[in-house]
Amino acid sequence: MNQTIGQTKPTSLLYLDGVSVSFDGFKALNALSFVVEPGELRAIIGPNGAGKTTMMDIITGKTRPDEGQVFFKGEIDLTKRDEAEIASLGIGRKFQKPTVFESHTVWDNLELALNRKRGVFSTLFYRLTAEDRARIEEILATIRMSPRRDDLAANLSHGQKQWLEIGMLLAQEPELLLVDEPVAGMTDAETAETAILLKEIAKSRSVVVVEHDMGFIRELGVKVTCLAEGAVLAEGSIDFVSSDPKVIENYLGR
Amino acid sequence: MITSFLMRSFDRSILIAVAILVGLAMLVPALNLLTAPDHPLHVPTYLVSLFGKYLTYALLALALDLVWGFCGILSLGHAAFFALGGYAMGMYLMRQIGARGSYGNPLLPDFMVFLNWKELPWFWHGFDMFWFAALMVVLVPGLLAFVFGWFAFRSRVNGVYLSIITQAMTYALLLAFFRNDMGFGGNNGLTDFKDILGFNIQANGTRAALFAASALMLALCLILTSAIVRSKYGKVLVAVRDAESRTRFLGYRVEHIKLFAFTLSAMMAGIAGALYVPQVGIINPGEFEPGNSIEVVIWTAVGGRGTLIGPIVGAILVNGGKSIFTAAFPEFWLFALGGLFVLVTLFLPKGVVGTAGAYFARRRAELRGQAAETPNNLAVEPMAAE
Repeated sequence: MNQTIGQTKPTSLLYLDGVSVSFDGFKALNALSFVVEPGELRAIIGPNGAGKTTMMDIITGKTRPDEGQVFFKGEIDLTKRDEAEIASLGIGRKFQKPTVFESHTVWDNLELALNRKRGVFSTLFYRLTAEDRARIEEILATIRMSPRRDDLAANLSHGQKQWLEIGMLLAQEPELLLVDEPVAGMTDAETAETAILLKEIAKSRSVVVVEHDMGFIRELGVKVTCLAEGAVLAEGSIDFVSSDPKVIENYLGR
Repeated sequence: MITSFLMRSFDRSILIAVAILVGLAMLVPALNLLTAPDHPLHVPTYLVSLFGKYLTYALLALALDLVWGFCGILSLGHAAFFALGGYAMGMYLMRQIGARGSYGNPLLPDFMVFLNWKELPWFWHGFDMFWFAALMVVLVPGLLAFVFGWFAFRSRVNGVYLSIITQAMTYALLLAFFRNDMGFGGNNGLTDFKDILGFNIQANGTRAALFAASALMLALCLILTSAIVRSKYGKVLVAVRDAESRTRFLGYRVEHIKLFAFTLSAMMAGIAGALYVPQVGIINPGEFEPGNSIEVVIWTAVGGRGTLIGPIVGAILVNGGKSIFTAAFPEFWLFALGGLFVLVTLFLPKGVVGTAGAYFARRRAELRGQAAETPNNLAVEPMAAE
């Protein structure tokens, strides 16, 4: 397996090989290997404790792996960088719990996320240009929040916060988007809308979605990776994965 | 670039506050110096100095609000930066005494002669020049804050842990400055000042000028902080306060963002201390007392953290109350202060200014809502359907 995965390294967008990490003796990830191609939309499923969130922590620099390789665009070693650096390399992350800046307006949330210089002095003397304004308007339209631009993020509904956070990730213009449980707590209508939104986003960048909602995964209609006990259990189309006896035993059957 | 940055700072409340401060800077000295002592509008000199002191406290509270109210860094050591600025100014004032001290030594301050020191310690050099002392007033607290913040923020020390180590920092400085061989006058500190920039420090005119300087400096720092919190950087500060890891995953270097605010805030606290010392006539290690830093937090909370006018109002209200209260019932002041903090936290979590501001904002929204009732409903309807 290492041989075949090794060959894909130069062309891949995200490349994890043999990644292990343990917390107080508990192996959260156990020699996990995983590749995302440029422009791919990938869904990840798996039972609680399978290591889905830990994997995202490692990719975004929050957690350092005990062993294994993590490369972005084939050559950038992510294990040596911190969150801010990885974010500016072009990896965006959406948290499980919607995390937006509650005391800022929707507009300011997007302005802060916009892919511009992040230093102290560049933000101190930053002025909103016509170009930036247009970009924010565009994102507002994409996430269907234009009428609420001046509302405080704290006053949004749960689903709207999720969309705002996705909008913030778009503003960041990442090449790879990691999305953790985007439809948790959403109504069916909101879930369907989110699937459309994610497919739209995936047209111009790679997206990795972690989700429990099988209906939602089916709606996305993409390649699925099933994790269990910190390693890949099965990979393929949704029908292929969901008919795999190991997946049924570990995850679906319960 | 700079002008557009500063122009942004003026909204109505800031404009009014700056106008009041500039007005006070002219009016109070005029009423003190130009009216006869028996005139009904005469402001006695002791009141000028007392209110001058309040204004320096207000500046200290404003400095704390920049890091606590806007960035969520609860510093319990801000009085240390204030005291360091005060010591820098005190050293200049000591050097101005010259041969007029009790021992008549032209170079060494009295306490050094008393300790049998033969020459001036290296760190006292340069303080005979005002510009040098003024530079140290901002540089010393700024440098300490920079080094302290550099390590604390890089190691991601947050919340109550950060508060505790800032408290430890001010306590360590308290112990250090108490020692005679530190060279800062030990227990007695620095006092018996004679003149500042050649003017007699006791004279009415100098006192009035110091008051005016405090009011103008507060106005200036208010404009500066207002410009900062209204910039995109200010929005990042609030973002760090509300969701630090989100800010980090957006690609901001949170430690740099915090460090800049912390250092700038320490510098402002230093300026406040430097204006405080000539008005009260003494600086001693008691200013590093951990309780002092906690009081600053109370002023800010009472006035309203996260608003810029709040800490100024809070510092003046609480200290005015303190002056009256300690004269009437000296034993009960600490209970009153503690009670005040509890009451404000329970009933006015946004402080006096924050609560009033929210009330007026609601009133305005209601008035606007009534004026535009029909079109507003139409605009809301389709969204609800969605």
